[in-house]
Amino acid sequence: MAEMVSRPYERAFEKHALANPDVLCLSADLTSSCEIDKFRDNHPDQFLSLGMAEQNMMSFAGGLGLAGYRPFIHTFGVFCYRRPYDQLMASIAYPRRKVRIMGFLPGITTPGGMTHQAIEDISVMRSMPNMTILETGDATEVESICEAADSIDGPVYCRVLRGSMPRLFDTPIVVGQMREISMGDDVLIVTAGITTEEAMRATKALEGAGVSVRHLHLNTIKPFDAATMLDHINSVKGGVVTLENHVTEGGIGSLMAEIMADNGVGKKLKRLGLNDTYAHGGSRAYLMRYYGLDALALTQGIEELMGEKLGITEQDLSEARVDAVHSLAKAEGL
Amino acid sequence: MKNEKTTEDIALGIRRRVFEHAMRNNGGYLSQACSAAEQLAWLYNEELNLGAPTLPMIPKPFEGVPHADNPNYHTGAGYNGPFEADLDRLFIAPAHYALVAYATLIEVGRMAPEGLEMFNKDGSSVEMIGAEHSPGMEVHNGTLGIGLSTAAGLAWGRQKRGETGKTWVYMSDGEVQEGQTWEAIQCCAHHKIDSVKAIMDVNRQQCDGAMDSVMEVGDIRAKMEQFGAVVAECDAHDLNAMRDAARTPHAGKPLIILAHSNPFHAMPILEERFPRLHYVRFKSEEERARMNTSIADALGVDPIDYEGAH
Ligand SMILES: Cc1ncc(C[n+]2csc(CCOP(=O)(O)OP(=O)(O)O)c2C)c(N)n1
Repeated sequence: MAEMVSRPYERAFEKHALANPDVLCLSADLTSSCEIDKFRDNHPDQFLSLGMAEQNMMSFAGGLGLAGYRPFIHTFGVFCYRRPYDQLMASIAYPRRKVRIMGFLPGITTPGGMTHQAIEDISVMRSMPNMTILETGDATEVESICEAADSIDGPVYCRVLRGSMPRLFDTPIVVGQMREISMGDDVLIVTAGITTEEAMRATKALEGAGVSVRHLHLNTIKPFDAATMLDHINSVKGGVVTLENHVTEGGIGSLMAEIMADNGVGKKLKRLGLNDTYAHGGSRAYLMRYYGLDALALTQGIEELMGEKLGITEQDLSEARVDAVHSLAKAEGL
Repeated sequence: MKNEKTTEDIALGIRRRVFEHAMRNNGGYLSQACSAAEQLAWLYNEELNLGAPTLPMIPKPFEGVPHADNPNYHTGAGYNGPFEADLDRLFIAPAHYALVAYATLIEVGRMAPEGLEMFNKDGSSVEMIGAEHSPGMEVHNGTLGIGLSTAAGLAWGRQKRGETGKTWVYMSDGEVQEGQTWEAIQCCAHHKIDSVKAIMDVNRQQCDGAMDSVMEVGDIRAKMEQFGAVVAECDAHDLNAMRDAARTPHAGKPLIILAHSNPFHAMPILEERFPRLHYVRFKSEEERARMNTSIADALGVDPIDYEGAH
């Protein structure tokens, strides 16, 4: 099993904020839910409670940016952009304020149902000029998210995992650099966030069924290194599959479609994710199965892409544990 | 539907059910049962004019979200009876009070006790954060601050059609921090939407703790009156005061009842957790056991046997 890490954000944020006095910690009444309660208690001078009032918080953060501070906004992902979209645009994105928006519980990682699930945030942020988008997929990425975000000359939106999570990688986020997890040449799988672990499990089963997998993990979604991605697309004989904790429109599936169309690549693309639907409340494992976001959905998607049955069962997938893939990843110097 | 139990009994029953649930699940929205039980009991047992439920006593599983491919989609409003011109409607604006609202539906005979067993189970419609397909819900309100506006729009439309039914909103005080709440009051006043009635659980708590430590909201009554509402106040655990408050005339304006509640009413041991009452998760088996004994005693029931639960 991969090592499980508990609450990496809590420590990472404290470390970063203490080393950077112009970093401020903003919260909208979800302080412990975003793992910054200890920070609030220990460093009250660097903490601002803004209450359950997200619209004000966004424009306020823009004002802090004007004063030379770099505010880190903490709330659930949905509350960062749905209600305060206008404030986000006018007060933060347009003037390129150095506001670091930490959106917790991305996609279906919350049981809170429609109102709590940020399933179209990447789409919204991708269409927002000046916005950078980062997404974390494991403990190491959460540990490095504050530094990565704070290195951006402008606003940045981050999908942040909380609580207990596996460590899949042993090097920090390098903004703009995708991770090459496996380098086969039949199909290309592109994932981000929690779907990467699923794809790692699927890869093992797929390799067992004779499919050579090239798997890339994205932690930087915007801006995007299209040239490198194009090389990867051209390096596989078959097509491309994306699996995302997001709707299939506007996220990384769309990103791949754009790159392929822009460059006249005549390959098939299978976009897996929430297929033009809202989700509802439930456990993460249940929702990933119900909405087709797990390893099984990925292997089925690859079967469809390849037009052949691979005979991979749930059993094969549960046996394909992440540790084996982890050591492979190490061997490749990730 | 006629009321077979007293409102006091229903409030006690709500607390007992929420308590049992929280014990078995090692935590939950327990404090909301302390603060809100009388308010919801009073709404359902006395104040609301509702027809008989139109949906099955045992809730159906989740049947999908609204979509063109899901023509049979319906909300959970049927637990509050049919939509008729003379009948009332109710929105639970703070959707995390769902557990308390479901317990109320059971106590007033609108849902079977099995419904609560389905709470927050995968594939169930009885969701932790009340969804619009959850029992007793008509719209999604998990994003706080939208309930009063939706009610205002529905009420305006109903008034225009000559309907006499009222549109009630159950609100939480955290919602006054959201700007939209004030926009809604201003709109009700401007358009003279006086069929909107709200009762707000003023427990002075929010996720981070006591509201005064998170974002002071000042004199809610004075502010609401300035925005154009008629405001009545009552002790949230004094049913006569609540009944009186609801009789406050409010021609041409919305009525908002500020029900000042105690977030550990009837479960005094919860005070130990003050000011972190929003979601009570037991910190240890010792605490769970101690709270079990104490709250059971306070509510006049046997301690819950939660071995074998999780
Ligand atoms: C727009 C929005 N922001 C944040 C949240 C997260 N949240 C859920 S409940 C809550 C505040 C709770 O305060 P209150 O509504 O008074 O409820 P109580 O703590 O008394 O149960 C918050 C911030 C939310 N649901 N909606």
